[in-house]
Amino acid sequence: MEWEVVIGLEIHAQLATKSKIFSGSSTEYGADANTQANIYDLGLPGVLPVFNEEALRMAVKFGLAIDAEIGMKSVFDRKNYFYPDSPKGYQITQLHEPIVGMGHIDIDLGEGKSRRINVTRAHLEEDAGKSVHEGFDGQSGIDLNRCGTPLIEIVSEPELRSSKEASAYFRKMQSIVTYLGICDGDLSQGSMRCDCNVSLRPKGQEEFGTRTEIKNVNSFKNVERAIEVEIERQMDILEDGGSIKQETRLFDADKNETRSMRSKEVENDYRYFPDPDLLPVIIDEEYVEAVRATLPELPEQKKARFEAEHGLSAYNASVLAANREMADYFEAAAEIAGDYKMAANWVMGDLSAALNKNEISISEIPVSAEQLGAILKNVKGSDISNDGAKEVFSAIWQGKGAGLENPVDQLIDQLGLKQVSDTSAIEEVVAQVLADNPKLVEGYLNTPEDKRAKAIGPFIGATRKAAKGVNPQVVMEVLKQKLSELG
Amino acid sequence: MHNKTLAQISQDLQAGEYSSVEVTKHFLDRIKNLDGQYNSFITVTDELALTQAKAADELRAAGNANEWTGVPMAHKDIFCTDGVRTSCASKMLDKFIAPYDSTVADNFNKVGAVSLGKTNMDEFAMGSSSESSFYGAVKNPWSEEHVPGGSSGGSAAAVAARLAPGITATDTGGSIRQPASFCGVTGIKPTYGRVSRFGMISYASSLDQGGPIARTAEDAAMMLNVMAGFDKKDSTSIERDVPDYRADLNKSVKGMTIGLPKEYFSSDLDPVMAQTIQDAIKEYEKMGATLKEISLPNTNLCVPAYYVIAPSECSANLSRMDGVRFGHRCEDPKDIEDLFKRSRSEGFGDEVQRRIMLGSYALSAGFYDAYYKKAQQVRRLIKNDFVAAFNDVDVIMSPVAPSPAFKFGEKSKDPVSMYLEDIYTLSTNLAGLPGMSIPAGMINDLPVGLQLIGNYFDESRLLNCAHQFQNATDWHTKTPTGLK
Repeated sequence: MEWEVVIGLEIHAQLATKSKIFSGSSTEYGADANTQANIYDLGLPGVLPVFNEEALRMAVKFGLAIDAEIGMKSVFDRKNYFYPDSPKGYQITQLHEPIVGMGHIDIDLGEGKSRRINVTRAHLEEDAGKSVHEGFDGQSGIDLNRCGTPLIEIVSEPELRSSKEASAYFRKMQSIVTYLGICDGDLSQGSMRCDCNVSLRPKGQEEFGTRTEIKNVNSFKNVERAIEVEIERQMDILEDGGSIKQETRLFDADKNETRSMRSKEVENDYRYFPDPDLLPVIIDEEYVEAVRATLPELPEQKKARFEAEHGLSAYNASVLAANREMADYFEAAAEIAGDYKMAANWVMGDLSAALNKNEISISEIPVSAEQLGAILKNVKGSDISNDGAKEVFSAIWQGKGAGLENPVDQLIDQLGLKQVSDTSAIEEVVAQVLADNPKLVEGYLNTPEDKRAKAIGPFIGATRKAAKGVNPQVVMEVLKQKLSELG
Repeated sequence: MHNKTLAQISQDLQAGEYSSVEVTKHFLDRIKNLDGQYNSFITVTDELALTQAKAADELRAAGNANEWTGVPMAHKDIFCTDGVRTSCASKMLDKFIAPYDSTVADNFNKVGAVSLGKTNMDEFAMGSSSESSFYGAVKNPWSEEHVPGGSSGGSAAAVAARLAPGITATDTGGSIRQPASFCGVTGIKPTYGRVSRFGMISYASSLDQGGPIARTAEDAAMMLNVMAGFDKKDSTSIERDVPDYRADLNKSVKGMTIGLPKEYFSSDLDPVMAQTIQDAIKEYEKMGATLKEISLPNTNLCVPAYYVIAPSECSANLSRMDGVRFGHRCEDPKDIEDLFKRSRSEGFGDEVQRRIMLGSYALSAGFYDAYYKKAQQVRRLIKNDFVAAFNDVDVIMSPVAPSPAFKFGEKSKDPVSMYLEDIYTLSTNLAGLPGMSIPAGMINDLPVGLQLIGNYFDESRLLNCAHQFQNATDWHTKTPTGLK
């Protein structure tokens, strides 16, 4: 039978607020266990939640960016369950009246293709703490630092049809939240986490099949892998005439398999009800418009502009626009260089390769956009060759520009990369080279016409040896000219 | 000294009649000598009180005193007080030392009051007799055989026994007014949102409200001046100016319209109680107020709505008591499930467990609409009844409870009869209105309170009515027989 894959994602994104969603504690990480948890995060008797307006603003910003309905009245609910890293015994979330309603995004499917995916809703909630199971001799440790960190949970419609679409959707969401500056988008730190709902149905059937939910997948690659192995697992069962159990599953990246965490039938009854400690959040059009005014240019808009204004290909434009920092870096460098295509090729080529090799992100790059721009400007003006540019780039990367007032220019000088493009100067050198190498000249002249292009090589080498930094293109032209004059 | 009201003690301190240390020692001695028979305090903070009193005397000597400087009082043991055990009368929190001050405690500290300690109550404020405390039942100073009411029974009994001139309390369904009635003292539950709930351990968040218990309306006004006000730490507190609650005490009640809900004076009401209340209301007529029968048609829905909403909220509010971070933890748990279950089963008393179960049931999937949602809709109707009534009247009067204090054990075995104790008081919590209880008569040598219900934020009027009544009568000056 032919099966259709149905996937819906729930993405949790930590909001980059300075303080927690319902208390004034800091949201800084990396601190020692429980040092970022105060009486609120510990859920001590008598403490009350106070909603952080910054989280509201960020959620509304997100809603506007995905063209969603904004909840003019949103309500916080208590989701009741006992777990040691959930100090109050309930999580404050939004069930029936979320801050963000139905919206949509366009996902990039490569080769300039895209598809629109509807987003059911996004709601505000608080993150839980962490249980630490190692190093406590049969007991568990609890770290409540993360407790109360604001999250938006973004729920997609079940419209994704392949693992590739799912990861493209996740990538696009990361791109959007980082563009908006509402989340750092760092998957490795758990700033964004993804639950994947996967089911299969016979092609053509309208009714959904039974789904499983794969919890907490933490990378784009793992989203694809987890969904792929889950599709395979489900397909095997269905092909054998079996049925899928609705359950929560965990992806084991080492074993490349999903396994059952708990079955839905025995799952908690969360006994949701509106949190009586918090009032409904009421906002008006004026508030929404004020937030709208702070929206930055979004990836879609930027991509279109890169194509239209800078003449980039759809592919280059979409790759560069996907990451706001990368896009900003590219634009700043290109503007100084005065050549957008060259800058695009550089950023997507040498620069990206260097980032990958060193496993760092664009925000950590040791060469500033201004420096790359200055390097490329030299290439553009034929003052250095492309190879020379690579040399300066790598010198700055290695810190050799430290302490220099004007590192790009000074390094070009120090490394002797400056090209001589002045024709009359090159003519002099070439004349000397030809005079110094009569045998070579003779050999060249005896070479048949059609093989001379190859035979010109030794002269170029000799010229560049005689005068460092001569522009090879100019050398080539002068040589051709002079040699042809000789016969 | 202990027979003086809070206002008189304040004046004496200002006049230099005695020092704060002297009056504080006097009350601490009384508690030490007499509270063995009442059990109205859970914790007496002698040392802290004397330190505060000494500091107050120094402030006064330096000329920096206000009317509260050095005035002794106490807190119901539901208000967190920094560095002091805050138990909510539960085994669960027997060893919980609060690391912070509730806003109410902080307010009293800021004006320089002296806190004598923490008073006994029903466990987690769930009860109407103060029998459910982990620290033992509170005795009514008027009769050893009778309960002091609840849940703020310790506060009311201690004020009646002259162990402190004024004590904070809380009221979720009548927990200030009913014990005030049973103990012959004065108590006011303000409008919901008037007094910050920050640091006041939650029973039912949408109903809980702090307020004072004292001997006179004037003292209650003086305390409310300290307690009331917006608090950004409590999202449900209301940003609205706080009047001086003593400013209107001496206004005449002439021309005021008093509403008497016919549902509260139905044939179900004990005739002796009805007579006592009507006699009290006659005093107002004498002072020039007019009476008007009104109707609160949804009165019969108050008890069922309350006993869905309050347990539902408490079932979640008490979840944080899980034995993980603070509070009682069972011995040798075999896993986390066992730790949760046994810590909570051992730490909570029967009534608390009963209400948690009631609430968990009412909130569970499939029952939510029929119970919690329905109860919230009923609540809206009850509120509308009052809003309509206040179009016609200035204040509503009624009994506080169906009877004077009942005997120990009389209702504690029958939860429903205990729940019906609050039949006249619950409605104001459901509607969020202010309500007050003032001593208004005696039945079988036990005090009986008159309930005054006001419009939203009309505490000044209630205190005014109460003060005028106390000027005209002497019920509030009566002392429990045999009191030393």
